[in-house]
Amino acid sequence: MEYTREELLICAVARLLRGCTNIAVGTASPIPGSAALLVQALTDGAARASILGSNIHNPFNDGGPELFDRAGQGRVDAFFLGGGQIDGEANINLVGTGEYPKADTRFPGSFGSAYLYFTVPRVILFREEHSRRVFVDKVDFVSAPGWSPPGIHRPGGPYALITSLCIFLYDRDSHRFRLDGLLPGATLEEVRDNTGFDFDAPSNVGPVKAPEPERVELIHSRIAEQIAETYPEFARTRLGWNG
Amino acid sequence: MTSPETYLSVDQIAKLVPDGALIGMPKEDGGAAMALTRALIRRGVKKLRLLTVPVSSIQVDMLIGAGCVAELETSGVSMGEFGYAPQFRRAVEKGTITLRDATCPAIYAALQASEKGAPFMPLRGILGSDILANRPDWKVIDNPFAAEGDPVVLLPAVRPDIAIFHARFGDEHGNVWVGPRRECVLLAHASAQTFVTVEEIYDGNLMEDDRMLAGTIPPVYVNAVAHAPRGAWPLSLMGAYERDGDHLRAYVTAAKSTDGFSAYLERHVFGAHAAA
Repeated sequence: MEYTREELLICAVARLLRGCTNIAVGTASPIPGSAALLVQALTDGAARASILGSNIHNPFNDGGPELFDRAGQGRVDAFFLGGGQIDGEANINLVGTGEYPKADTRFPGSFGSAYLYFTVPRVILFREEHSRRVFVDKVDFVSAPGWSPPGIHRPGGPYALITSLCIFLYDRDSHRFRLDGLLPGATLEEVRDNTGFDFDAPSNVGPVKAPEPERVELIHSRIAEQIAETYPEFARTRLGWNG
Repeated sequence: MTSPETYLSVDQIAKLVPDGALIGMPKEDGGAAMALTRALIRRGVKKLRLLTVPVSSIQVDMLIGAGCVAELETSGVSMGEFGYAPQFRRAVEKGTITLRDATCPAIYAALQASEKGAPFMPLRGILGSDILANRPDWKVIDNPFAAEGDPVVLLPAVRPDIAIFHARFGDEHGNVWVGPRRECVLLAHASAQTFVTVEEIYDGNLMEDDRMLAGTIPPVYVNAVAHAPRGAWPLSLMGAYERDGDHLRAYVTAAKSTDGFSAYLERHVFGAHAAA
């Protein structure tokens, strides 16, 4: 069966969201947004997607603080973060490379990461560029730490990392990533060559499961239409939506 | 409907913003006062200290590029799907502005403290981050209500000198309507003064219309209003227009070079055909 990269990633993210009831998606996240909407559709709305920037697919109407307030109460089950740099302990850097506060390359900033990484139980890191520039041994600036010592209130943290080559799951006891599946065409060797941190890998790591045909159909119909409200360009160019 | 007599022009409001003021402004889809931003650049305002609530895009990028900014507190400045914010990036990399990196809920919480007249607000998370390590103004204490330990971050109240934003409606009584944009309400409550540009003049009294009341900010919080149709352009205004993607894309390209950025300002801010 043939499928696109977007279909594969959206379905893979949707599987990682299994069991979540309140799924929130922040800025610049069309694939996580599509996955959240897919889970919402598959559960007949029992799981709720909140897409930042959307009016229709966002159950919040009390302004910017509301998402954070709900997360603080433990009422957001899943969220997505990225990183200009991500290291092997799942520390993320959204601020820049080089000596702070100046930077060799300045990134946009930490957004809500330093808070949501602590308060949301299932944070999925999504970063398509799989390179040693991104996946470093140690981040230059910690926007949000991957783990915290005992005694710090921290119900939340990293759960998985999705890249253009593979999916890692995060082990909160060892503070390490474990390779969970390879994307089509990728090899373990390629992942190692392009990853600046050490990670665990089972000897028999297999491919990421192919997207389910009925879900692909849903992606190109209902989900494309829904995500087009917030990401029209993405829906048109990458999901082929022309509604 | 024409503007009420009490309204100022956008350029008159720009004159009320002193050099060095701490300015609070909402994020790009939350009612960014872009017409007023262009007027501030025309007026040649200097050494502004900007607080983005909690993030920003072209508004901050233009003010930085035009040399209006001394300090910036933000959780992020980006042009989103159009790429990085070129003038922000250049200024930070060269160290020409003082930067205070924050995280979104910390900015909200510091304003909420100001809104309550409280000295600080506690907030979960942030511990162990380099954001905290670089914020000597933020403190960590042990939760006094816990049996033991439980460190928590305290954020001092932040009171902007002036909040600026663009609202969907204003009426002749001085009320402005922001609808669900509660961060504009928070900004108005927390700031010493609030200057608002409005898209459209509402026929009637917003405080007397039950459907509009909850989204209305009354004049006790509003110090100056100007009528500025398309005043959020090239950004969006909820219920009125979408952002101008072609313009934003062209801005990012232009702003990557000093010449390109100057030409942009000449055309869209200073020029005879510049938008208000």
